[in-house]
Amino acid sequence: MTTVLDVTDFSVEFRTRSGTVKALDRVAFRIGRGETMALVGESGSGKSVTAYALLGLLDAAGRITGGRASLEGVELTTASPAALAAIRGRRAAMIFQNPRAALNPIRPIGQQIADVVRRHAGLSRRDATSRAVEMLREVGIPDPVRRAGAYPFELSGGMCQRVMIAIAVATRPALLIADEPTTGLDVTTQAVVMDIMAKLAGETGMATLLITHDLALAAERSGRIAVMHAGHIVEEAATRALLAAPRHPYTRRLLAATPTAAGDLAELRSIPGNLPDLRRADLPPCRFAARCPQHLEACEAPMVWRDIAPAHRIACWNPA
Amino acid sequence: MSGMIGNDPTPREAEGRYLLDVAELSKRFPLGRRRLFGKAAPAMVHAVDDVSFTLARGETLGLVGESGCGKSTLVRLIARLTDPTTGSIRFGNRELSALPAKAFARDPDRARIQIVFQDAGESINPRFTAADAIADPLRQLRGLGGDALREKVEEAATLCGLPLALLDRFPHQLSGGQRARVGIARAIGPRPDLLVLDEPTAALDVSVQVTILQLLVRLRETLGISYVFVSHDLNVVRLLCDRVVVMYLGRIVETGPARAVFDAPLHPYTRGLVAAVPRLDGLRADALRLAGDPRSPIDPDPDACRFHGRCPIGTGRCGAEMPKLRRFDGGREAACHYVEAA
Ligand SMILES: Nc1ncnc2c1ncn2[C@@H]1O[C@H](COP(=O)(O)OP(=O)(O)OP(=O)(O)O)[C@@H](O)[C@H]1O
Ligand SMILES: Nc1ncnc2c1ncn2[C@@H]1O[C@H](COP(=O)(O)OP(=O)(O)OP(=O)(O)O)[C@@H](O)[C@H]1O
Ligand code: SF4
Ligand SMILES: [Mg+2]
Ligand SMILES: [Mg+2]
Repeated sequence: MTTVLDVTDFSVEFRTRSGTVKALDRVAFRIGRGETMALVGESGSGKSVTAYALLGLLDAAGRITGGRASLEGVELTTASPAALAAIRGRRAAMIFQNPRAALNPIRPIGQQIADVVRRHAGLSRRDATSRAVEMLREVGIPDPVRRAGAYPFELSGGMCQRVMIAIAVATRPALLIADEPTTGLDVTTQAVVMDIMAKLAGETGMATLLITHDLALAAERSGRIAVMHAGHIVEEAATRALLAAPRHPYTRRLLAATPTAAGDLAELRSIPGNLPDLRRADLPPCRFAARCPQHLEACEAPMVWRDIAPAHRIACWNPA
Repeated sequence: MSGMIGNDPTPREAEGRYLLDVAELSKRFPLGRRRLFGKAAPAMVHAVDDVSFTLARGETLGLVGESGCGKSTLVRLIARLTDPTTGSIRFGNRELSALPAKAFARDPDRARIQIVFQDAGESINPRFTAADAIADPLRQLRGLGGDALREKVEEAATLCGLPLALLDRFPHQLSGGQRARVGIARAIGPRPDLLVLDEPTAALDVSVQVTILQLLVRLRETLGISYVFVSHDLNVVRLLCDRVVVMYLGRIVETGPARAVFDAPLHPYTRGLVAAVPRLDGLRADALRLAGDPRSPIDPDPDACRFHGRCPIGTGRCGAEMPKLRRFDGGREAACHYVEAA
């Protein structure tokens, strides 16, 4: 499979008045053509920072302190802001969690899509408008000719999210980063939105990084899962393998907290403790150590990432 | 414990079998800017349409359905934050529907119905400490002050697993889970008989969600509170709720014991909904996938099933005759002409 995104030893820090936040530490993963990788983990684990850092969207306090990330062979970590902006427009796209906030409230949705198409494909106004209608049809908006004139407030949350997807994929990007694309949507609308993304990946070979804290959604929609905890990817494997036999204690804890159709509320377990304070100068090598039921003295050794099985990587000295 | 509430205008023994009895409740919003064919009557959004259900004491009722189907409008009606267009809301022995929301805000029964919104944590006044936030309704609704107030605030915080040391913190100094606890402590402080929760865990990650759900179970056991619980997460509804109401475009399409409804749905919409829930085993029921979008809630055809056009069964009859809720075995109800055919 051709690699679209290749990330190695990728580290990000934020400078704050109260200290340096070591938000990402030696993050590594690859996503191939047409592949969907899910990035899962608790709130605050570093999922969004990963997305923003890759696309050059970190705020002024944040910077990439190490590692490499290449998109279709182009190195992102050393690219100029102008080059990154061009990549964001054409080869990489992102969908944000709150679609209504990301759309322009006073411009009809068809126009907003047409704007993007004109900028990137250099189409005439009329061609761009008809292309926009076509794209609304592609993402399953009924009656697209009339709906093209609608403003964001006239659409439901699910429809806004589909418009966002239409805009994101207007330039046929090689990589789509979807940060919690269905939070707040009901499950039937969620399924429609996810189907559209899967269809595009199938048709155009688009690689997708699906950021979510819903393990069941990841189970259904990804080929591989990377589990993030406090800025470390602690486990990464093919989706089926990871869910059938999770090896990292954190992955197991995350699963034990996930409600399922068969379970019982009393059987669900929250994860004890909190994420460590990432400003600490003396962060332990394993950032899960203080919360881990399997902690050993050996866990104080510097962390290494190793393959525990073929294509199953883990950062743990005492895996299950 | 809840039997010790002061200020109670209706003696508990005299109350009926149901804590809440909602009948033929409707809420329509006028759509100011659109006019149909130049007629003066404005078009109406039928947000809640002819909804009837009951809630027993200590029972937890789940409320599910597509975005925009009227769940929040319905719970705002029940909590008497908005006025119904038509219909009845009996709470205990009292008919509340005729009482304007404004008057109810000062009513002694106000304390008996509390609501927690989706952004419970975010909706706390940023200049209030956790203690102020919890104290506010106790002061307003129970008229408490001084030591008695302090004592009740601490009791509510303790019940919600909120360390007392956090009480003088401001919202931005608390984690999402701690803020959710403050939101719930604030609502249970006045010891309501009914707690309405509108997507209380939507913004929380799974680990924090577990602690909040287990807290709700504990409160139900110690205080005997009834819940109406709105959520998009069907697995959570199944775990927490005794019964479930499924809505589609303002109307109830199915109700019954939560597990029975989700294990063997009767209504075609419920079947599509259940089939869309992602599963950890990754197995999907693609054949039941719902396509298309719901019809418009603006002046819908009163003689057509609201699901017609999107329903995999739908026939000519469905476009000409609105299906009524019918009873089925096991305390279940569904509104579809073809329940028996499926
Ligand atoms: N601008 C910033 N300055 C300082 N710290 C930051 C900044 N942005 C993010 N962080 C920190 O980086 C860490 C990772 O945050 P991130 O937003 O990536 O989490 P997440 O996994 O996306 O969580 P969620 O599921 O809540 O969206 C957190 O500890 C956060 O506080
Ligand atoms: N104040 C209002 N004025 C006009 N229309 C309204 C008003 N409040 C709600 N509506 C409409 O009533 C319908 C029901 O909305 P409601 O918020 O109750 O849905 P919901 O089921 O809670 O959706 P969600 O799952 O997205 O929270 C929608 O069509 C909505 O646009
Ligand atoms: S009444 Fe007809 S359209 Fe409505 S749900 Fe049943 S079969 Fe479908
Ligand atoms: Mg995030
Ligand atoms: Mg709502």
